[in-house]
Amino acid sequence: MKTTIKSVLVAAALGFALPSAALAAGGKGKLLGHEFSFDGMFGAYDQGELQRGYQVYQNICANCHGMKHVPFRALADEDGPGFGEAEVKAIAAYYEVPDEEGEPGDTRPGKPFDYFPTPDAVGNPPDMSLLAKARAGGADYIYSLMLGYTGEEKETAGTILYENTAYGGYLSMGPQLYGDDVDYTDGTEPTMEQVANDISAFLMWAAEPKMVERKQAGVWSIAFLILFATLVYFTNRKIWAKVKHPEDHS
Amino acid sequence: MANDHDEKGHVADEDRRDILFLGTGAVGAVGIASAVWPFVDQMNPSASVLALSTMEVDIGDLEPGQEMKVSFLKAPVFIRRMTEDELASAADEDVSGMPDPDPRNPNATGSVADVQDRLVDAERGIIVLTGVCTHLGCVPLGDGAGDYKGWFCPCHGSHYDSLGRIRKGPAPENLPIPVASIDGDILKLG
Amino acid sequence: MGTIPQEHYEPKEGTTSKWINDRLPIMGMMDHLAKFPTPKNLNYAYIFGGILVLFLVIQIITGITLAMHYQVGEDSAFRSVEHIMRDVNYGWFLRYAHANGASFFFIAVYAHIFRGLYYGSYKAPREILWIIGVLIYVVMMATAFMGYVLPWGQMSFWGAKVITSLFGAIPLVGESLKVWLWGGPFVGEATLNRMFSLHYLLPFVIAGLTVLHIWALHHVGNTNPTGVEVRKTDIETVKKDTVPFAPFYVTKDLFAILLFLIAFAFFLYFAPNYLGHPDNYIEANPLATPAHIVPEWYFLPFYAILRAITFDLFWIIPAKLGGVLAMFGAIAILAFAPWLDTSNVRSTSYRPIYRWWFAVLVIDFFVLMWAGAMPAEGIVPMVSLLGTIYWFAHFLIIMPVVGLIEKPLPRPDSIEQAFKQKHDIIDESNTAGGVAAQPAE
Repeated sequence: MKTTIKSVLVAAALGFALPSAALAAGGKGKLLGHEFSFDGMFGAYDQGELQRGYQVYQNICANCHGMKHVPFRALADEDGPGFGEAEVKAIAAYYEVPDEEGEPGDTRPGKPFDYFPTPDAVGNPPDMSLLAKARAGGADYIYSLMLGYTGEEKETAGTILYENTAYGGYLSMGPQLYGDDVDYTDGTEPTMEQVANDISAFLMWAAEPKMVERKQAGVWSIAFLILFATLVYFTNRKIWAKVKHPEDHS
Repeated sequence: MANDHDEKGHVADEDRRDILFLGTGAVGAVGIASAVWPFVDQMNPSASVLALSTMEVDIGDLEPGQEMKVSFLKAPVFIRRMTEDELASAADEDVSGMPDPDPRNPNATGSVADVQDRLVDAERGIIVLTGVCTHLGCVPLGDGAGDYKGWFCPCHGSHYDSLGRIRKGPAPENLPIPVASIDGDILKLG
Repeated sequence: MGTIPQEHYEPKEGTTSKWINDRLPIMGMMDHLAKFPTPKNLNYAYIFGGILVLFLVIQIITGITLAMHYQVGEDSAFRSVEHIMRDVNYGWFLRYAHANGASFFFIAVYAHIFRGLYYGSYKAPREILWIIGVLIYVVMMATAFMGYVLPWGQMSFWGAKVITSLFGAIPLVGESLKVWLWGGPFVGEATLNRMFSLHYLLPFVIAGLTVLHIWALHHVGNTNPTGVEVRKTDIETVKKDTVPFAPFYVTKDLFAILLFLIAFAFFLYFAPNYLGHPDNYIEANPLATPAHIVPEWYFLPFYAILRAITFDLFWIIPAKLGGVLAMFGAIAILAFAPWLDTSNVRSTSYRPIYRWWFAVLVIDFFVLMWAGAMPAEGIVPMVSLLGTIYWFAHFLIIMPVVGLIEKPLPRPDSIEQAFKQKHDIIDESNTAGGVAAQPAE
């Protein structure tokens, strides 16, 4: 009977793993399985990577994609890109944001407490605030998408579509990277892989800015729970000893 | 489990048990205390609220005798540049006889509500006031209103002078001055 | 039948405890709870009740604090959730604890239900205890469903639309019922507002039902792995079969809770979105349906049953209504287990035939879960149908029939005897009446 219970428990564990694994598999495209600096329990964002990633966003993505949930002030986060106060002010002022005090449609230069604006672009390109969490595969999907264009094109209903292996078919966004696409201020060589890595990392940060804080809290919490569970285990054994082994306590 | 049952062994066993129970309890208490903190801290001001706790205003275009009104921390803030005449007559007044001689100014160094300690920029005559009457919280009227050519609260008739000091009426204190500093043409609030 | 005899609470004369207890017998109640005679042979399958109480508390506390920052509304809900995740102090912790807390709540409730089924916890005199449990589970499902709607992402919106549309299948009143649930001809502001209101209310209904559940439990007493009841003749005999809940099961349950919390913490801190769906990070859009709508994992077995019925049932019930009836029936049938099971043996451990059918039921549950997660193509519809048929057959055919034909294994005379056997305690004073039966090896 014991073995029955055990096999049931094992089946339970497998059962819980199955459906979510099936969900996680998600789309039909092929991902590259790129390794990021923030992978794993102790992984953290790399500040240089995020600052370069921001540069890619500003130079390439921001023409079509907004980030309406990300405030400029977040760019100063120490666990994030860690830009200085003056840099954040300058970045905010670079964007025109809606002026709520003026006429409808009026704009003014952004302030640190404003949010990244949504540009007026054809075809409703998705907002990038949460993109890295809204796609199966996360940052790896974005990385793979950037590098996944095959060069094949086709025209459907007057729109040109581009084949992409990560997307697993044809999509309306054309290739964005050709090599030497950004002039990195820190002098890093802007290879396509480097730029794809940096923008993917930046968008992961934009979607999950508290990841570093979360993982640090997690390491402490689990260490604490293991310590406490060990102590409670021995306490419990001690308490039960006189019931389970009365001959030792007579 | 130890099998020796002599007196000594028994006592040692008891001690070990006490230490184990105490240690487990102490670790548990630490765990509960640290688990409670996030639920307390979540009620403190969030990052988006804190981001609004400072504000910069360009006062480069403010001419003598002009007043502007901005909204800061959900309250009106009056920014006024005094004229030469106003500054001169304000300097002659005796503060000690006024209802509230305290400067009510967190930026001030002195303890008297005179020109020096009521102004954020004494050179240009810039006065910055939180526009909330100290009586019952109405917003006073400005631009030289009231008997003392400063601000006048229409609710219960409190008269403030050009330095925002209470001179007549039920209000107990001078109009408060927010934390403010000036850097060139930029007035920084908060 | 009747309650287990327990030492009466007698506070000393002149103490504060006595003063309070004479006016409100709360000290007596605490004493009753702390010293409640609990079978000494409970194994680790019995830990989930305590875990469930803890998770109800976790969900209520994280929920109330989240509600301090959440802004219900079509235009504000999604934004306010991002505000919680980015700006509120420890907001990410509150939200991820609440979202993953729901999943772990369900892991524990399924373990608790299957433990009850295995050890015959539904049998007389525990029918009401069991039915209250089924009710709690149903209200939990409703609460979880409404909670998933609140972030107003794509899965929230389309899940709400698809599940509430089920009620449209009911003959005659279906359409009006749907419009009544939605508060209009579409899922929108009105729908979201009522979901929030009810999502805040129902946990307290669960808490109330839980009080009834524990009240009933303390009236009839726990089951145990042997299925042999605690001997209730007198307090001295009771003490041979039981231990007081505190400290014995306080430390044991706490240890189990901590192990469970380690698994929970792993998801909360290191894989907080693993059990969620990426599409819910896209704001609700009534004009674009996600490619593959799936409910949260804990609804999958019943979602599979819903989709399994693709044909008219008994020639008169249309497929759409049939699916709805099958889904709700699959849950409701649990409540009838006390009368469908004809065996007079409580614990499945002593039922050589039923044991295997029980294993099939557990496997069936996970097969249905898998089928619910898959797109309805290929072998999936056939698997769902077979799984659904077994689910009903288990309760309606196997439970009554096996109980009649099965020859149970010999059971121990008492909990005391089984406990001594297990822990090799030398029996000096055999108080158990009659000849001690030897459990089968």
